[in-house]
Amino acid sequence: MNRTTGNRTKGEHELERYAALWEEARAIRGTSLGRDAWRRLRRQRAAMASLVALCVVTVLALITPLLPLQPPRRVDSDRIFMPPTFSRPAALDLDKLDADFGRKDLDLVSRALLDARLALFGGWSLPSICGTDELGRDLFSRLFWGARVSLAVGVVATLVSLVIGVSYGATAGYLGGRIDNFMMRLVDILYSVPFICVVILLVSILSEDSIRTWLESWHIDRITIFYLVVGAIYWLTMSRVVRGQIISLKNEQFVEAARTIGASQRRIIFFHLVPNVLSVVIVYLTLTIPSVMLFEAFLSFLGLGVQAPDVSWGLLVNQGFNVITPIKIYWWLVVFPGLALALTLYALNFLGDGLRDALDPRLKNR
Amino acid sequence: MIAPESAAIAVPESAQPPLLEVRDLKVHFPFVRGHLFGRQRGVVRAVDGVSLQLAEGETLGLVGESGCGKSTLARGILRLVRPTAGEVWFAGRRIDNVSRAEMRQVRSGLQMIFQDPFASLNPRMTVGRIVAEPMEVGGLYNREHRRLEVMRLLELVGLNPRFLNRYPHEFSGGQRQRIGIARALAVNPRVILCDEPVSALDVSIQAQIVNLLQDLQQQLGLSYIFIAHDLSVVRHIADRVGVMYLGRLVEVADSRELYEQPRHPYTRALLESVPIPDPVRERQRSHHLLGGEVPSPDREYPGCQFADRCPRREEKCDRESPGLEGESHAVACWYPLEENATHDGSTHDEAGGRRE
Repeated sequence: MNRTTGNRTKGEHELERYAALWEEARAIRGTSLGRDAWRRLRRQRAAMASLVALCVVTVLALITPLLPLQPPRRVDSDRIFMPPTFSRPAALDLDKLDADFGRKDLDLVSRALLDARLALFGGWSLPSICGTDELGRDLFSRLFWGARVSLAVGVVATLVSLVIGVSYGATAGYLGGRIDNFMMRLVDILYSVPFICVVILLVSILSEDSIRTWLESWHIDRITIFYLVVGAIYWLTMSRVVRGQIISLKNEQFVEAARTIGASQRRIIFFHLVPNVLSVVIVYLTLTIPSVMLFEAFLSFLGLGVQAPDVSWGLLVNQGFNVITPIKIYWWLVVFPGLALALTLYALNFLGDGLRDALDPRLKNR
Repeated sequence: MIAPESAAIAVPESAQPPLLEVRDLKVHFPFVRGHLFGRQRGVVRAVDGVSLQLAEGETLGLVGESGCGKSTLARGILRLVRPTAGEVWFAGRRIDNVSRAEMRQVRSGLQMIFQDPFASLNPRMTVGRIVAEPMEVGGLYNREHRRLEVMRLLELVGLNPRFLNRYPHEFSGGQRQRIGIARALAVNPRVILCDEPVSALDVSIQAQIVNLLQDLQQQLGLSYIFIAHDLSVVRHIADRVGVMYLGRLVEVADSRELYEQPRHPYTRALLESVPIPDPVRERQRSHHLLGGEVPSPDREYPGCQFADRCPRREEKCDRESPGLEGESHAVACWYPLEENATHDGSTHDEAGGRRE
């Protein structure tokens, strides 16, 4: 009897001590590999400048409805093809506001931001510092609204490709043998399909009126479809990259150790293997986003991607290109959207390079 | 008390059979060489019929050259590779053919420590998570309890529990090996397979880890299978020692007896290859050097596998394969060295080892 009480007090004492230690332990944060990489990334100027620029662009795109811009869809026959100017634009026509901003297409947050903007700035808006297009719409404003679509396509489609590519590649690489062979030959086959044809086919099928109305009843609009289609194409390379990494990792001892403790295959793949390929995946992601954006611009340029009244950078370039005639070149309609696209792509590429250097496992023993 | 009640499989205490028994275990790796035409098939006999027994609280050392199948044997026991044939019994239960779910249960009694402390810890997980993972997988305790348990384990292996939020790359080799030991202990195993746990460490650290393993054995009543190619480490820690050659056990005996009176010619050569840190004695001792190379394990031998290199080879050795004979001192040899001949005392066949 005595002994049990003695034991219990000893146990309680231990408990208290460990609780105190736990508090101390919480204060001591280890340097994870990610933090280490971040430290190295910060030393690279080009990559950091790109990162800052991308953050600025992203934030601006997110809060576009709040900015005092002219309505992107306001048609004004008096202001057709106006070169860049600083003269004051007309005040907002409060009756046509909803149509001018395409309010019914906006999500709730954007509507709230728009209301906030009207409360803040009233009818005032910035001059057409990038000129106007063939319908008298303000290009500067349309660049901002186009950024929303272009960036969203880049990010969302890349994320779709990420999810598919990582799961597929990790599964193939981990299981190995015949399953791996089969899965990767499938990827080879898909690679050989000219995917512009596939996209054209898919987009035109999905744009069929009956199908579209059916999809819209599920709240799936054209842009969502576009995300999925592009993502479904870009996962191929991702899956190959991940598979290669997984194969080299799965023979590591820590994976064997995980099997020794009886971890399930899913646990091994997603807790042990995938976190270790993430660095490679992140680098590849930052290089995929620009190519997806470029692809979107290309498809929009062909008239297959984003369609009016939505805008994207690719679509803006296309529209500017279409109104070029031998007699008159409205340079601002091509140059500004092109610049926006090019600078963003540059920044993403610089960031990708910087990340690759920062995460390079050869510089640091794991 | 924080020390948890054992979650291992219940076994009648009176049962005296060995805790872990391996019967004629074989692990063969099939391979295919060449292209579609002219394809060659074969098997690498990594482990080719090993039987051994491990008693409660005992340490069995396994020694042999690289590639002789020591590690594969351990991995076969734990079913990290699928055994081709043979049986593994643990705590009175056959475990080489149980389902995956049952194996998970078995693994809480049977754990492993790995060779390379730099590769055996996931670089993306904190030490706390690494040590907690076996408990999570096994569904032991609640979160709170696991946390305390992690700290208790870290303390048990001589690490400061304050650092449980650190990552493996922030620790030294010896410390990492301690983390690996803590992970193995997390599920209260009864047997730990140590796969060259010290060979990647500095000599001074090796001693610390070996002592830690011995302390833990006394405290927790563990049994070890201790794999190493460093003979002196094995001599220090093991109660019994098995010598492996080309996927088979050639000699098993009590540690002292094996080191002082080896009966298999291979064991003798192996022991004599250990340098003595004294130039005078080193020059005086006899050397029965082995000629040739370890033959390829993808061939099958009608006779003794060691015959090609053996200084005592007779005609019978090429015809019949010797089994492991003997009770306390088992040896697989048709013409073993005499009981009382010390390993630098036997005189004949000095030139034998030079045979190509």
